[in-house]
Amino acid sequence: MKEVELNTTTINFGPQHPAAHGVLRLVVELEGEVVQRAEPHIGLLHRGTEKLIEYKTYLQAVPYFDRLDYVSPMCQEHAFALATENLLGINVPERAKYIRVIFAEITRILNHLLNIPAYAADIGAVTPFLWCFEEREKLLEFHEAVSGARFHAAYFRPGGVHQDMPEGMEEKLFDHFKTLPKFIDDLESLLTNNRILRQRSVDIGIISKSEAIEWGCSGPVLRSAGVAWDLRRSQPYDAYDQVDFEVPVGKKGDCFDRYLVRIEEMRQSISIINQCLNKIKPGPISIEDNKITPPKRNQMKKSMEALIHHFKLFTEGYRVPSGQVYSAVEAPKGEFGVYLVSDGSSKPYRCKIRAPGFAHLQTLEHLSKGHLMADIAAILGSLDIVFGEIDR
Amino acid sequence: MIKILTKIDGINNVLENANLLEIEFEKNNIIKIFNELKDISELNFNQLLDITAVDYPSREFRFDIVYILQSLINNKKIILKTFIKENEKIESITNIHKSADWYERECYDLFGIEFINHPDLRRIMTDYNFEGYPLRKDFPLTGHTEVRYDDLEKKVIYEPVKLTQEFRNFDSESPWEGMENKLFGDEKSTGEN
Repeated sequence: MKEVELNTTTINFGPQHPAAHGVLRLVVELEGEVVQRAEPHIGLLHRGTEKLIEYKTYLQAVPYFDRLDYVSPMCQEHAFALATENLLGINVPERAKYIRVIFAEITRILNHLLNIPAYAADIGAVTPFLWCFEEREKLLEFHEAVSGARFHAAYFRPGGVHQDMPEGMEEKLFDHFKTLPKFIDDLESLLTNNRILRQRSVDIGIISKSEAIEWGCSGPVLRSAGVAWDLRRSQPYDAYDQVDFEVPVGKKGDCFDRYLVRIEEMRQSISIINQCLNKIKPGPISIEDNKITPPKRNQMKKSMEALIHHFKLFTEGYRVPSGQVYSAVEAPKGEFGVYLVSDGSSKPYRCKIRAPGFAHLQTLEHLSKGHLMADIAAILGSLDIVFGEIDR
Repeated sequence: MIKILTKIDGINNVLENANLLEIEFEKNNIIKIFNELKDISELNFNQLLDITAVDYPSREFRFDIVYILQSLINNKKIILKTFIKENEKIESITNIHKSADWYERECYDLFGIEFINHPDLRRIMTDYNFEGYPLRKDFPLTGHTEVRYDDLEKKVIYEPVKLTQEFRNFDSESPWEGMENKLFGDEKSTGEN
C-alpha cells in the first residue's frame, strides 16, 4: 500500500485581524495555499443580550437592539417593536409607519455604504472607503436629527417612534436623495468594472440556490443566488405594502453577485424613501395611549394623571399579555427575527434574537473549501459579517 | 394547510395565530415530522430559521424547544414546539436541515440540552472552559466568574464575581392596580345596613 503523507498547515486567523471584521477566530487548515478546512470560533463578543433583556422592561430592552448589529441599528429596533406591538395587539399610526420605513431604508443604505467599501478594502481598494464614509456621515446626520444619536438611536419604540422628525426634515431628505444616486454611480465607476475587484470576486465563494435555502441564508446572500425573496415584499410590514420597489437578484451566487445586489439595493432604497416622502402626511407619530407611550412634556406640567403615567411607564413599564410571537424584518444583512415570549408581566420572559449573520457565517467553511487563503477575506467581506449580532 | 399538518403523526396541536402557525409535537417523532414537513409538496418547509428553548424551572417538562421553519414557496412561517424534561435528550435534525448545526450547538451551550447524533456538539457562544448554562432561569445574571488581567502573574485570570453592590432586581409590579382598597372597618359600611 502506498503511503500518503498529509502535508497541511494549520493557522490561526484572528481574533484580531483587520479582515476578520471584528473578533472572529478562524482555524484554517491549508494545503499549500489551498483551504481544506476553515472552522470559525465565535462568541468573543458574547454579551448575553438575551439574558439581560429578561431582566429589563420592554422599553429598556430597545437600546440593546442597537448594539447587536451596530452597523444597522434601526432595523433591529424595528423587529423588536413589531414583535412587542404584535403581542400588545396595537397598530401604529400611519405617519409612524412611514417614518419607520424611511429610516429603515436610510439604515440599509448606511449598512451597504459600510459593507461595500470594507469589502473593497479587503481585496485591495482604499479609495471607496474614504468616499463612502463621507456619504455615511451625511446620512448619520439624519439619524442624529431625529433621535439625537448617530448610532445607538433607540428611535423605533413599541407604539411608534420616539419623536417626530424636526421641521423641514422632509425637504432636506428629499434634496439629499436627489444627489445620492450620482454618488452611487461614481462608486460603481470605481469598482464594478475594476479588474482587480473582478479577479478577486467573480466565481469566488459560490453558493447555489438550494444550498442558500438549506443553510438558512437570507437577504443579499440568498438573493445573489437567484432566489427572489424579500420579506419587505413577501410579508410586508409597516408601510412596505404602500411602496413600489424591485428585488434585485443575482445569477451565480458568488462574491461579485453579492456586491452587485447590494449596489442595486441602495438604488431601490432611495426610490422607496422618495415614495414615502411623497406619501407621508402630518399626524401622530405614536399611539395615543399613555399606558404604552409616555405623555407629552407639557401635559405633565399640568395633569397629575399624565405625571403618574409617566412615572409608572418608566419604572414598572407596561404589561404585555402573555403569549409568544415571532416577528421578522428584512434587515440589511437578511432576515432579522425576534422570538418573544411574554408571561404577562412587564418584562419579557424570553427574547430570542435570530441574527442573519449567524446563519451566514456557518456557510463559511462550505464556501471557502478549495479556495485560496486570500479568498477567505473576500468571502467574509461579501457575507457582511458583524459580530455584534452573531455573538449577541 | 392545517388539515395536512394535523394528519402528520406526532403533531398534537395546531394553533392559528395572526400570520403564523403554532404547532406542538411529540419529541419521539421529530425526525419523521421534519422530513415530512420538508418533503410534502403542499407544505415544503425548506428553510430552518432558528432553534431555541424556553426554560420553565417549575414545570416537570422543564424546557420548551422551539423550531422556527419557513416555506419560501408558500410564504409561510411556523413555530414548532416540544417539551422535554431536564435531563432528557432530543434527536438532532442536522441531517434534514444543515443550518441546524450551529443552532443546536447554541441551544446546547446556553441551555444544556443535548442533541443526539449531532456531528459536533461543542459550546459556541461562551468562553473556552465555561461552566454552567447561562440562559437557564437559575443561572444568575451576573454569572459566577469574572475575568481580568493580572499584572503580577502576567496573564488573564478568572476569579469569583465580586459585586460592590448587591444586584438589585426591582419588583415594580404596581401596588395599587388590582389591589382591593379595603380599610379596617369597611365591612361595616357595606351590606344590608
